[in-house]
Amino acid sequence: MITVALVTGFALVLAGLYGALTNRNILRMIVSFTVADAGVNLVLVAVGAMPGRTAPILDAAVPVGDAARRIIDPLPQALVLTAIVIGLGVTALMLAYAYRLHATRGSLDISKFTELKW
Amino acid sequence: MSNLSTAMSLVLAAGMLVAALLSIITRSLPLAILSAGAVSLFASIMFMLLAAPDVAMTEAAIGSGLTTFLFFFVLGRVGGKGHG
Amino acid sequence: MVKHLVAFLLLAVLAAVFASLTLGYQPDAALNRTALYYAENTAKDLGAQNIVTAIVVTYRGLDTLGEVTVLFLTSAIVGLILSTHRATGEGRATGIPAAGELLRTGSRLLVPLILLAGVYVFVNGHLTPGGGFQGGAILASAALLMLLADPLHRFGHRLIAVVESLSGVAYVAIGLLGLAWAGGFLDNRFLPLGDFGTLFSAGAIPVIYTLIGLKVGAEFASMLASLSETEKS
Repeated sequence: MITVALVTGFALVLAGLYGALTNRNILRMIVSFTVADAGVNLVLVAVGAMPGRTAPILDAAVPVGDAARRIIDPLPQALVLTAIVIGLGVTALMLAYAYRLHATRGSLDISKFTELKW
Repeated sequence: MSNLSTAMSLVLAAGMLVAALLSIITRSLPLAILSAGAVSLFASIMFMLLAAPDVAMTEAAIGSGLTTFLFFFVLGRVGGKGHG
Repeated sequence: MVKHLVAFLLLAVLAAVFASLTLGYQPDAALNRTALYYAENTAKDLGAQNIVTAIVVTYRGLDTLGEVTVLFLTSAIVGLILSTHRATGEGRATGIPAAGELLRTGSRLLVPLILLAGVYVFVNGHLTPGGGFQGGAILASAALLMLLADPLHRFGHRLIAVVESLSGVAYVAIGLLGLAWAGGFLDNRFLPLGDFGTLFSAGAIPVIYTLIGLKVGAEFASMLASLSETEKS
């Protein structure tokens, strides 16, 4: 199960990067970035998981004294929690820039923006 | 139990990969956005299987909910001609 | 075509790296030292049931403060970029028909319930899965429902800004209280730890997570509002 999640996460990262590199529409590039984002989060959580253990919550199922043998690593989960929220912030920022580009230039085709090309 | 969760994770992985490919290959931009949302939704179920309920809630609410709507707001403003 | 070839080459190199990472991967059999510390000492030190919450709010609270700051900056920049294109509401050409009776009543009924669900999620963040970020996203989805049900409705940006600033200031103030009366910045132990597993426990963690939830919800709502108030370009 963990290996499946790991392989899927890496595959999503590759697919997202492929889409971001080959698409020319800026909105489609942003969509591809969110796919890659989900893949990175999946890889991080999969690295923290351990077979046969449960979530890091000390309720009736996991007594406090037994916690060290029953729960999985909580740190990657805390990291991914913040990464998802920041991911939405970054996506919103990219979308706002895309909207502004479309408003000033009337196009979302990346090949039409050649000012920084050499 | 272990077999069941392995089978579920395989199904979810297949769904995620298909949705990801669809979101990158398809010519229609609304379909691409919806498929990216589906990738997030499947990912949140996968997080549940990986014993990370906190992350699953976050991904379901933020990754597949709010992000999709942000995309549609912008798509509605820029006309939705997604070819090129 | 050359561009595609270069992209494929790059991805092939990356895939090789990922494959080498995956092939030899073996999940850990025991917790590493950091995780072991969290597993053994969270209940004793902080009194929180949910260890992820304890890490996010207290052990790595400074990171979370930084993250909330990044989120605030993002929503401020989104508002700034879109500000010159904001429609004024009345002056906007409205091709959208007014919301029907069913939609208006339904959204009026649902918005308080969604807000309640969001508050429940972040007040119970130290006991059950969930917390400020998830609850904040649920609060923002109530704002989203209002926007979708009535696209011409204008949000009180003043209210959103007040909620956001007050919760941000209170967050830092609680951190300073921890510095004065407990072990350090954002230490939760200046309030009593209470009985393990009850709502009023874990010191200041529920208070801090409530503030984070309000702040995150206000920031997401302001992002959604500024994006939806733009004009069709």
